[in-house]
Amino acid sequence: MFLRYRPLLLKILSTVLIFGAWEIAGRAGVSFAFPTFLESMAALWGLTVEGTIFTAYAETLKPLAVGIVISAFIGIGLGVWIGLSRKFDWLVSPIFIVMQSAPLAALIPLLIMVYGIGLTSKVFVVCIMAMPVIVLNTAGAVRNTPVHLIEMGQSFLGTRRDIILKIIMPSASPIIFAGLRLGVSAGFIGAILAELKITPTGVGDIITYSRSIADYPNMYAAIFSIIVFAVLFLNFVERIENFLFKGNNKELVSD
Amino acid sequence: MDGIMTTTHAVEVRNVFKNYGDVEALHDLSLDFPKGELTSLLGPSGCGKTTLLKIIAGLLPATSGEVFVNGETVTGPGPDRAFVFQDFALLPWASVLRNVAFGLELRNVPKSEREAKAEKYIADVGLKGFEHKYPHQLSGGMRQRVGLARALSVDAQVLLMDEPFSAVDEQTRRKFQEDLLDLVQNENKTFIFVTHSIEEAVYVSDQIALLLPRPSRVSEIIRPGGFRHKDPDSIRRDSEYLDIVDDIWKSLRTYVE
Ligand SMILES: Nc1ncnc2c1ncn2[C@@H]1O[C@H](COP(=O)(O)OP(=O)(O)OP(=O)(O)O)[C@@H](O)[C@H]1O
Ligand SMILES: [Mg+2]
Repeated sequence: MFLRYRPLLLKILSTVLIFGAWEIAGRAGVSFAFPTFLESMAALWGLTVEGTIFTAYAETLKPLAVGIVISAFIGIGLGVWIGLSRKFDWLVSPIFIVMQSAPLAALIPLLIMVYGIGLTSKVFVVCIMAMPVIVLNTAGAVRNTPVHLIEMGQSFLGTRRDIILKIIMPSASPIIFAGLRLGVSAGFIGAILAELKITPTGVGDIITYSRSIADYPNMYAAIFSIIVFAVLFLNFVERIENFLFKGNNKELVSD
Repeated sequence: MDGIMTTTHAVEVRNVFKNYGDVEALHDLSLDFPKGELTSLLGPSGCGKTTLLKIIAGLLPATSGEVFVNGETVTGPGPDRAFVFQDFALLPWASVLRNVAFGLELRNVPKSEREAKAEKYIADVGLKGFEHKYPHQLSGGMRQRVGLARALSVDAQVLLMDEPFSAVDEQTRRKFQEDLLDLVQNENKTFIFVTHSIEEAVYVSDQIALLLPRPSRVSEIIRPGGFRHKDPDSIRRDSEYLDIVDDIWKSLRTYVE
């Protein structure tokens, strides 16, 4: 009985410890700008009752959703192509490797100059964050398709198209999906960063505004809500992943 | 095209060399595979048996030399050859049924037809009831049989079998050897069969090619057969059978030592 619930108990325990530490740190007065856990939760409750938090999320999720969809389609497409073609790999991969390590904050003024301060720039920020990991994961997965499966497809007269669609893609899809999950979490960071650095809207607006009027509990409530939202969403994506690849790929992992 | 040769040899390998970088796997290997017969390739591990099979299959280009199947030069895989892979090469995400039918799927055979055919061969290799299992739910020997059923289901003229019985238990192995003899008898197919077992080679083969260690050539061709008409159990006690096993062992042991 106990063993079965152990993972859950451990999760609860660690959550309680973290929030407890937050509460204590807040009460001890680490900084006047650091509210206690309970104050922050009260603020979050306030934001929820007012409905502010919902309108804020509707705003924040717009560039996030658009950016993730674009990154997923283009990223997987490019990744497959890179994985299949050595030449294209040589030509395109470096761009994404640079993109992955580029300091995004430095690029934002440039984006604003070109695309203004609207949705487009924010979508770009999300894409810059999310796309590289999706592209590189997809390319790696495609490139690492077990050779013996490809040979099998060839020996049974599969066309190039058959081999890509029926062997390479299914074999790569668990890792592509994992890349997608990483891309989504990077996209979250991008979306918030865009709201803090371009124009304060949505959740970024709550954070910026609360800070400007020194309403720290509200500010922390907003930050806390993002973290919870991101964790829940990623959990959800992981569920889909487990559902789609329910152990049928065990062999892939072991050999 | 060579008119006389094509009627007698399903596959001809002519002066084939194969280098992997600076590793010379095959050195001037020539070998004929008579039509309707089973030829075994017997040789030490790493001598290039899989390499030769893949060259015949058209999966690997030879560095030089030529391979003919039914008199025509091999330039790639063809419908006249089917491969049983040493490492099974099953799709982990596909059921046994889909795996067995996969060769037919790639040939655009309609679903109901290919599944009916696959079910027949699944039963033939003794996997009835496992149609909807996945490879990771099967033992090594069962996976091997899935690969075997897949190769049989495409009905190719030449079957290239890379150690197809290596992962099955001894009883199943004997049963398969007998089934294989039936197949050779009843279907007019040519079998190229890689094995590490001398007894197995002598038991099932019309012709055995002994390969030298790398760089590999054919060192000896043996044609057992005086005992072929006997019943399975007495073959294993037949004096010719035992003599041939002994001779081969003597030839091979010089490389082992
Ligand atoms: N893709 C490859 N790249 C480089 N060397 C290779 C490659 N494939 C095989 N070889 C080498 O060629 C030689 C022959 O390999 P091959 O797999 O044909 O041997 P084999 O006779 O089938 O051995 P086994 O009985 O163990 O299956 C080996 O020495 C191996 O190291
Ligand atoms: Mg081999």
